[in-house]
Amino acid sequence: MLLQLREVKKSFFQPDGSELPILDIPEFDVDAGDQVVLVGRSGCGKTTLLHIIAGISRPTSGRVKIDGWDIALMDESEVDQFRAERIGYVYQTFNLLPSFTALENVLLGMTFGRERPDRERAKALLKRVGLEHRLTHKPPMLSVGEQQRVAVARALANRPQLILADEPTANVDVGNQQQIIDLLRETCREENVALILVTHAPEVAEQFDRVEYLEKINLVRGGR
Amino acid sequence: MSLWKIAWRSIQQRALASALTAFSMALGVALVVAVIVIHGVIDQSFRRGAQGYDLIVGAKGSPLELVLAAVYHLGRVPANMSYDAYDELVNGQFAADIEVAIPICLGDNFKGFRVIGTTPDMFARLEYLGGRKYEFAEGRNFDDVAPREAVIGATAARKTGLKVGDTFRPVHGSAATRGEEHEPFEIVGVLAPTGTPNDRAIFVNIEGFYQMHTKSPEEPDRALPAMKAETKPKSQAADPQSKEQDENVPEKGESAAGKSEDEPGEKQESHAEHKHHHEGIPDEHKEITAVLVVLNPKIPPPRQIALPKLISKQLDVQAVAPAEQIDNMLRGIVGNVQLVLLILAVMIVVVAGIGIMVSIYNSMSDRRHEIAIIRALGARRTTIMVVVLLESILLALGGGAAGLVLGHGLTGVLSPIIADQTGVSVNPFQFQLSELILIPGLIVLATAVGYLPAVVAYRTDVAQSLIASP
Ligand SMILES: Nc1ncnc2c1ncn2[C@@H]1O[C@H](COP(=O)(O)OP(=O)(O)OP(=O)(O)O)[C@@H](O)[C@H]1O
Ligand SMILES: [Mg+2]
Repeated sequence: MLLQLREVKKSFFQPDGSELPILDIPEFDVDAGDQVVLVGRSGCGKTTLLHIIAGISRPTSGRVKIDGWDIALMDESEVDQFRAERIGYVYQTFNLLPSFTALENVLLGMTFGRERPDRERAKALLKRVGLEHRLTHKPPMLSVGEQQRVAVARALANRPQLILADEPTANVDVGNQQQIIDLLRETCREENVALILVTHAPEVAEQFDRVEYLEKINLVRGGR
Repeated sequence: MSLWKIAWRSIQQRALASALTAFSMALGVALVVAVIVIHGVIDQSFRRGAQGYDLIVGAKGSPLELVLAAVYHLGRVPANMSYDAYDELVNGQFAADIEVAIPICLGDNFKGFRVIGTTPDMFARLEYLGGRKYEFAEGRNFDDVAPREAVIGATAARKTGLKVGDTFRPVHGSAATRGEEHEPFEIVGVLAPTGTPNDRAIFVNIEGFYQMHTKSPEEPDRALPAMKAETKPKSQAADPQSKEQDENVPEKGESAAGKSEDEPGEKQESHAEHKHHHEGIPDEHKEITAVLVVLNPKIPPPRQIALPKLISKQLDVQAVAPAEQIDNMLRGIVGNVQLVLLILAVMIVVVAGIGIMVSIYNSMSDRRHEIAIIRALGARRTTIMVVVLLESILLALGGGAAGLVLGHGLTGVLSPIIADQTGVSVNPFQFQLSELILIPGLIVLATAVGYLPAVVAYRTDVAQSLIASP
């Protein structure tokens, strides 16, 4: 088992001091190399869940085990290191750094792990996503679809065990949408990386063998 | 990818703001460099100028004034000492202590360059800059027995256009005062450049200098009672110091007139001698402004140390070590002026540093999202903090490097002016050791001013900043 969530709860505290529960997930598991699509209405806590899995935010309580390590027990810098080495993240808004070239954005994905950045791998990944001719372009000079492909390459850069993709195709057109989904699924399969993908698009969701409805695994009903 | 590169990219992203802050840093550093370099060069040049003479002997008075006038051809011309004292110094009880003693007489100029009466030994026996011999670019040294011969320093030759074979009429007094013109001297030699104040002077035979007024009998009243009453002993009214002088010393001519004339400083004129004599002027009618002394290297150090006092006492003159006087002057006046300028320049650097802080701090709200992205890629809080500090250091050091170039460029622009005014030639590419302190200094400053924005970066909330649209 790669990912194990047990009794994970997350609440936000509102300015008036009252508690706003968002997540209460008794159990959620993902196997190594598994591909899961996560759906749910807007505001039900999908992004919040991915942040907790990535260690970007802390659960209010519960255990988040990745490859046997409970990241809820680690201190912050250990979690950062852990994330650098084992988790890739693809965002709806790509989140590339605009002043870095495509190649440098991918290299940046390797910078904070334990190993030295591997330029050849970065180039190979960009080639894999079809951008070998765009290595020195900076994001503003790339098309929207190209930007998201750079983001996919960056997420794979450090040979992670798990990729979290938060609505990766919400900002790209329908033609590019399928390309990105295919690319993500194929590369994850090639590198034996597990994938959790959030989407609002039924045509994307229906391609996955495993579809999870957050409302079903989450005991906090009705969201906010 | 190195953190330096990440910091550098962030600077590039805000190229204009970064360039402006770095530029203000460059200006501050350029000023610091200019102050350091110019002071260093002045310091060095003054110290170099003092090399070659162990003692300067002259009439009692301000020792610094004596050294500045005798060695650097600057400032007021001091009162004269008697020829007897000179004679006693060279031939009397101190004869064994002295290797070379060159008399000089001041009080005339030609186009602003001082005309100095001296003996050919000045160039034949003295050395400069620790052992270099004077050389002639053109012509030869003047002759002992040719009273109207002259030798000109390299800079003076270039500026006045005088060449070997030319004649010139020295003018009494300093450049600003229009004194009467004297009989012409003939240039027989042009000195090769020495890098010492002697480049900016004209040297004439001391005998000719003594004769100078003798051939203009219709000279106006300001010429000297002593010219009429040749040996009448009389102490000088205007110069209190001269009262201490031997009563038998012939009176000094022009000092009273010179003093009352105009501004202090450059103005003072005191002719070594203004007497009617055609040839072989008797010694008791001669006066000397100063004697440049090189001591016999064989005398024991205690004697060497005691000599200035002994000479001063025995001969009723002052004997001063020029190096010591210059050292005092450089540490005192010049050092303090430099300190004030340096403090001002450093304050400009600090203000530029605060500019860096404001610039990075203001960019922080735009960069929250990028910081969150880098954090999500696995960078630690401390890593982000270091990146911001590196950015501050890069701006400070980059500006500092530009300032170094600018500062030396500035001294390059100023060096001809300095050279003209003081005879001190400034090499703009002469780096001073003290400039090295700029590097750790700027790093400390950059770290201090980068700290506040770095803490802001450190505190960035990743989850919130990621959700916030870029
Ligand atoms: N820092 C916060 N403080 C308070 N409430 C928050 C905070 N972050 C998120 N929320 C709330 O938590 C809920 C879940 O947010 P989340 O971003 O996880 O939703 P989502 O399922 O990803 O929605 P979408 O599909 O629109 O992206 C929302 O109601 C949101 O307003
Ligand atoms: Mg979301």
